[in-house]
Amino acid sequence: MKSSGKVVGVNGNMVTVEVTGAVQLNEVGYVVTEGKRLKSEIIRVNGDRVQMQVFEITKGIGIGDPVEFTEDLLAVELGPGLLGQVYDGLQNPLPDLAKEAGHFLERGFYLDPLSKDKEWEFTPSVKEGDSVVKADVIGSVPEGPFTHQILVPFSLLDTYTVKSVKPAGKYKLTDTMAEIEDSKGNVFPVKMSFQWPVKKAVTCYAERLKPVEPMVTQVRLIDTFLPVAKGGTYCIPGPFGAGKTVLQQITSKFADVDIVIVAACGERAGEVVETLKEFPELLDPKTGRSLMERTIIICNTSSMPVASREASVYTAVTLAEYYRQMGLDVLLLADSTSRWAQAMREMSGRLEEIPGEEAFPAYLESTIAGFYERAGLVKLRDGRQGSVTIGGTVSPAGGNFEEPVTQATLKVVGAFHGLSRERSDARKYPAIHPIDSWSKYKGIIDVDKTEYAYNILFRANEIESMMKVVGEEGTSLNDFIQFQKGELLDAAYFQQNSFDPVDAAVSPERQKYVFNLMMEVLTAELDLSSKEEARGWFNNLRQLILDYNGSEWESDGFKDYEAQIKSFIADKKIRVDEKAAALMAKN
Amino acid sequence: MRKVYSKIDSIVGNVITVKADGAKYGDLAEISTSFGDSLAEVIKLDDDNVSLQVFAGGRGISTGDEVRFLGHPMMVSFSDNLMGRIFNGSGEPRDNGPTLNENLITIGGPSFNPANRIIPKNMIRTGIPMIDLFNTLVESQKLPIFSASGEPYNELLARIAMQAEVDMIILGGMGLKYDDYLFFRDTLEEGGALSRTTMFIHTAADPVVECLMVPDISLAVAEKFALQGKKVLVLLTDMTNFADAMKEIAITQEQVPSNRGYPGDLYSQLASRYEKAVDIAGSGSITILGVTTMPGDDVTHPVPDNTGYITEGQYYLKNGRIEPFGSLSRLKQQVNDRTRDDHRALMDGMIKLYAAYKDSLEKQSMGFNMSDWDTKLLKYGARFEAEMMDLSVNTPLEKALDNGWSILAECFNREETGLKTSLIDQFWPKG
Repeated sequence: MKSSGKVVGVNGNMVTVEVTGAVQLNEVGYVVTEGKRLKSEIIRVNGDRVQMQVFEITKGIGIGDPVEFTEDLLAVELGPGLLGQVYDGLQNPLPDLAKEAGHFLERGFYLDPLSKDKEWEFTPSVKEGDSVVKADVIGSVPEGPFTHQILVPFSLLDTYTVKSVKPAGKYKLTDTMAEIEDSKGNVFPVKMSFQWPVKKAVTCYAERLKPVEPMVTQVRLIDTFLPVAKGGTYCIPGPFGAGKTVLQQITSKFADVDIVIVAACGERAGEVVETLKEFPELLDPKTGRSLMERTIIICNTSSMPVASREASVYTAVTLAEYYRQMGLDVLLLADSTSRWAQAMREMSGRLEEIPGEEAFPAYLESTIAGFYERAGLVKLRDGRQGSVTIGGTVSPAGGNFEEPVTQATLKVVGAFHGLSRERSDARKYPAIHPIDSWSKYKGIIDVDKTEYAYNILFRANEIESMMKVVGEEGTSLNDFIQFQKGELLDAAYFQQNSFDPVDAAVSPERQKYVFNLMMEVLTAELDLSSKEEARGWFNNLRQLILDYNGSEWESDGFKDYEAQIKSFIADKKIRVDEKAAALMAKN
Repeated sequence: MRKVYSKIDSIVGNVITVKADGAKYGDLAEISTSFGDSLAEVIKLDDDNVSLQVFAGGRGISTGDEVRFLGHPMMVSFSDNLMGRIFNGSGEPRDNGPTLNENLITIGGPSFNPANRIIPKNMIRTGIPMIDLFNTLVESQKLPIFSASGEPYNELLARIAMQAEVDMIILGGMGLKYDDYLFFRDTLEEGGALSRTTMFIHTAADPVVECLMVPDISLAVAEKFALQGKKVLVLLTDMTNFADAMKEIAITQEQVPSNRGYPGDLYSQLASRYEKAVDIAGSGSITILGVTTMPGDDVTHPVPDNTGYITEGQYYLKNGRIEPFGSLSRLKQQVNDRTRDDHRALMDGMIKLYAAYKDSLEKQSMGFNMSDWDTKLLKYGARFEAEMMDLSVNTPLEKALDNGWSILAECFNREETGLKTSLIDQFWPKG
């Protein structure tokens, strides 16, 4: 018997409800007002009164309005047809909603997340008498470029015997594909789709592994120096206008993963539109099909109700975990986790909880940690591996990283790509600060080599601050050359032109190749007799490398520039110091 | 017949509490006090305790005053009769025109479905070179003017209101000085733009609650006009006053403040207004130009900071000019490739040279020797500031581009400009 209740208080998007019967925390209920059913979630239980956050505008709710409870937790539907969809934070398909309800998001309007009419070509992979447990594969359907496996629902905890399974053929989502029997003789139907509560991590795997393999983003600065591993986590904090969203968009296009889930959480709607209009036109180089076919967009922009913003990141990560269960590599990009944290803060304020720093709730850190911990590389029970990588942007107030959300995030992520206002003002993109940022993962290039290059950058930085005091005149020629080397590394390797068709995405082979070329300059002792000469030489070299970066990999132009660069360097190179020579010999 | 309640339990700031039943969240009520009637809005329900925010403020309310619930939320009349009219934050006439009651619409409606948005594609011409040429305003964009107090931001808004190529202007004034209100009214009247303008004005002397209503009323009306196919430009000045009004009310309601006293939902509140900017496929559009004054000229202050995360760029008003470096129109790339071939190149080229001029200026002020190049730059910078940046310059984009070329030609040789040879051949002034 489902419980019911009536509204006894309204405060912003929080309502207080008096209930009769049993309810559970995070249970979904509907507040019925003006003939509309408004989805809500129980966030606190106190005697026979519960507090619910309403995922809609609460205008018009009055004392005494009835509330219907569902006995279900806030859940998403998992099954074929998720790819290419655009959902709001509660998995409402937005394009369908637009068709039904017009331009505006009318409240109380919910549609099926997955089409119930579409037919899928099913191939069974179990037979009668087989033994299965949760998340085991009973068959598959093709979904875009992928084989979408039909899994035993994650909520079935026993060991089951397959009683019957449908033969190969076309079926709808609602059809029963198999019947399985538990040890007590109860029979459960397995359909193509099932529900899973968003706030519970999916743990149907054999073990979690340490993320080691780099997730290539085709951004040089990231892959070479600040790598992200498949199954790892990273964050991108930055002030407004520093290019967080652009960096996320580039990553969503070029990242070497199977599936990308974009969670636009509390940000501008206009940015999502760019992705929406652009992706169907772009091709995924791996599969040759539209990028949209490997993408899911969860779009809960800043003007949409704040409670569903809080839910949206969980919706996104649950979908990611679902595809991980099929042995796929999934990347979740959350933009921005600060808006999510602010949604928690708003709710916490309404609940009159004792506030922590900057009025964020005391559980901010553990909640952020819990979210990022849902990433990971896992070994499934049948030995395959799958991963969920999470990259979250953070929008710190005033661009100051010493604030609770940035700090709580930095504690739990494996890589930190801090964007700097100075770099973006100087139009140095990507504006990731190469010295402040860090990564704990292994990249595509030998660590000793990148360390060598890093040291040159550090030294160049020191020299630069010194030069500000003593002027160029007071700097020795040697130091000046070191400084120029650092500048060259920055301008020709760290910076990347995302508008250039070639330079926008650089394959790992090319990165390794070009990095070695850079190392030739960085390790060389150069025959430059004056600062003027050094400046001119480095300017010319920089221009050459920039042109080289802009020419197609292994094209004639590319080879031509390379020859020019090599002879240009050879011209002035005296020798390479021994340590560096040993390093260069390593491969 | 609706019930009248005549026992007010508490009066705290602008918020009163009465015991009543049947009230809905967000509904309006009318309070009759000895100073006249005022509207109030339900902001909290707790059993039979109803908290109301009184538009006219809590002063002068007696515990024995009558409260009558109207049974509907805040509404505003929408029709073509709005054109040329001036109202206050409650939607009552401020001019001597009649009260409008027909075709009432609710304010603060639902948000636009992101799936139905389109990529903006039309430029809005303003006749101001620093906008048209360097940071083009795009239809459906939301842009604030970040400004220190004392800068001529209202003059700038009034000029844009008079010159912008739009069908309809809605001016939302929040916490305006009375003089500024008169300035807007007179300027638009003299400029002949009043007939296509509707104003919702809250002056600094009016009750603070009315200030909160101004953006919602303005945008609700704008939305209806846009759905009728009109290109609407909404001017909001000053959003910092709006945020301060929210702060004041949040604090009197004992909400936990987050940053410098502002409520924790400042971002969401600002975003839900700015996100009303939209280009409706096959219909009209809403473009929002707001003013955000920066207390202490500090861009990290919560109001400009949160605004910056929401809007699509910003114009920095400094020393009476739109600063080329901090200013940014994030959408300009969508339109400035279709205006004239030289637009983008000239925009980048002139700004780079102006940046070089700033360096030379610094060198000069430190007493270094000026090279020939420095002298050229100094000449260029002075002309750039006078003929491009000065707010009194009023010229269409094409003229501004031509003028840009003639400034370059008079200050530099062709190859010193760093522009593409093909463009120079085409546009360099002859003779």
